Amino acid sequence: MYRSHVLVCGGTGCTSSGSQKIMEALKEEIAKAGLDQEVSVVQTGCHGLCALGPIMIIYPDATFYSMVKVEDIPEIVQEHLLKGRVVTRLLYQETVTPAGVKALIDTDFYKKQHRIALRNCGIINPEVIEEYIGTGGYQALGKVLTEMTPDEVIQCLLDSGLRGRGGGGFPTGLKWKLAKGNAADQKYVCCNADEGDPGAFMDRSILEGDPHAVLEAMAIAGYAIGANQGYIYVRAEYPIAVQRLKIAIQQAHEQELLGKDIFGTGFDFDIDLRLGAGAFVCGEETALMTSIEGNRGEPRPRPPFPAQKGLFGKPTILNNVETYANIPQIILNGPEWFASMGTEKSKGTKVFALGGKIHNTGLVEIPMGTTLREVIEEIGGGIPNGKKFKAAQTGGPSGGCIPAEHFDIPIDYDNLISIGSMMGSGGLIVMDEDDCMVDIAKFFLEFTVEESCGKCTACRIGTKRMVEILEKITKGKATMEDLDKLEELCYYVKDNSACALGQTAPNPVLSTLRYFRDEYEAHIKEKRCPAGVCKALLSYHIDPDKCKGCTLCARNCPAGAIMGSVKNPHVIDTDKCLKCGVCMEKCKFGAIYKQ
Amino acid sequence: MKSLEELRAIREKMQNQVSMRAEDHTHTRVVVGMATCGIASGARPVLNALSTLVQEKGLTNKVAVTQTGCIGLCQYEPIVEVMEPGKPKVTYIKMNAEKAAEVVERHLIGGHIVEAYTLNSADIK
Repeated sequence: MYRSHVLVCGGTGCTSSGSQKIMEALKEEIAKAGLDQEVSVVQTGCHGLCALGPIMIIYPDATFYSMVKVEDIPEIVQEHLLKGRVVTRLLYQETVTPAGVKALIDTDFYKKQHRIALRNCGIINPEVIEEYIGTGGYQALGKVLTEMTPDEVIQCLLDSGLRGRGGGGFPTGLKWKLAKGNAADQKYVCCNADEGDPGAFMDRSILEGDPHAVLEAMAIAGYAIGANQGYIYVRAEYPIAVQRLKIAIQQAHEQELLGKDIFGTGFDFDIDLRLGAGAFVCGEETALMTSIEGNRGEPRPRPPFPAQKGLFGKPTILNNVETYANIPQIILNGPEWFASMGTEKSKGTKVFALGGKIHNTGLVEIPMGTTLREVIEEIGGGIPNGKKFKAAQTGGPSGGCIPAEHFDIPIDYDNLISIGSMMGSGGLIVMDEDDCMVDIAKFFLEFTVEESCGKCTACRIGTKRMVEILEKITKGKATMEDLDKLEELCYYVKDNSACALGQTAPNPVLSTLRYFRDEYEAHIKEKRCPAGVCKALLSYHIDPDKCKGCTLCARNCPAGAIMGSVKNPHVIDTDKCLKCGVCMEKCKFGAIYKQ
Repeated sequence: MKSLEELRAIREKMQNQVSMRAEDHTHTRVVVGMATCGIASGARPVLNALSTLVQEKGLTNKVAVTQTGCIGLCQYEPIVEVMEPGKPKVTYIKMNAEKAAEVVERHLIGGHIVEAYTLNSADIK
């Protein structure tokens, strides 16, 4: 038995900031101090505060250390683990109060969160099945197999009000009911782990931090619809997630929680992995199944829906990782418990990946109905450098932006749709006054142009033409007719594409046009980028009154565009200037400005 | 896994270890002085005994065993303080592993302070 557990985050964020080395150093140092029989080092999944990684939590006192370096390890072992003295300088600043160290759950970042899908992330070692079982894992599967009929399982999900977390928001129970109703000799349960939205990493973190929750839920789904084979379609770009899934599947087999005759009930279920090669369109359900079948990942028209004819032409259900992660908890705690959280039509919680201009970049899980203001200002810690909030982008390339006027809107599926955005899979990118909305729309459109599978003309060529118009606008060469054409194209692409990729591709343009048309018009009519982003519309100048003639800018200019002699005001040759902004960064007197 | 009983057995075995990682304001805190004075007079066996017993008895969901530095009564080390929410702090002095086991049994489980080992009972001049 260990008297203390040291949890080190092994999620992708902390791994890339060096948590593996920290773990090695920690084990070595603990052995050196003769504490290896007393202190255990546990690798966990993501804690959510990725901006502060690598993260370490020491239990039982729950001391939270952030931005730990290898050099800090001897001090942590000698001071904290041996003598019980907290290394104050490494504490997460939010937990430090004049009255002492505050519990992590009382900090602004965690206070308003409610972790269901992420409940084990950062708590258990995802590579040890016994730890998952220790927090109640596989109890739901046991309950379902021994106490419930398939219809009762489906009814439980229907009553809970759980809706698909991948973005569409289709009621999960209904999906299962439809698949169960179609008789067939073989059915399939699939898991969509092909998370492709730029800036979204919820599913990745769940797979890395709590892979067994997904396996357990898929087995439950198999029992409910009458399937004995599951597939997880996961991106090959998620090596840690793939590795942990492999370990989890193997351990579940060893414990006979997957395989033949589970719990002696006669129910068989197995799960295989299929790795996606990173095509965004393969996150679309029909394309995903086509890809599992071994074909080129292209969508096909619906109907027939997957519940009728899915994978290999058999009835299939496909749910997202986060959706699955909720299910064992719903079975154990009852549908009323789940339905008591959230809003009228959106129950439970939603995980968001916070990114962009925000202090606490990371992963948060909030009850549905939490306002955008709470998420950004309280949980996210606000916008850095005292800048003003401009908009938040949700739903990635399929979604839209939420402007400041809707800052107090409670986040749920229907509210976001009503203001022209969407829940999406849960990426939430915060933008401040320095972000140009035309440029943002262009960024997402460039992504869709790259990722369009090319099957439908409207999507393949339409998105390309849209990007060209957006490019013209950002270069100040567009006319108001171009803007009309852009808008018309948006609706054309929306109406004439077969799958959600094309149908939603114009959303970033439509939603920025809806709320920031004045910015588009400034680019076109005044040849000006209000946020100061679009390079073609900018020029750099030196204020002769402020310039001291230190020559620093001229020496750093890569284009040799700055002229002037020592102690005399310098001048930028706008013809030679590359608009890289180096001079502005280097100037110590704030003499350089752009307009 | 042949049966639900087996699953339950694994769960019970692991629960006491994993639940150490819960954060809860209602935890009773058992704090062992582990400064140089404490370590020199044998605080580590005390700490380990307390921690192991608390886990074995399945108390981790309400008791947290942790260390602290020197509280200034070096001649009375090893010192163990028991802080229950809403109750005055109890300070045990000159502890060893056997006394620690008694404290777990009688105080943490039974709810009765082991007066004989407390600072109050010692004759402090």
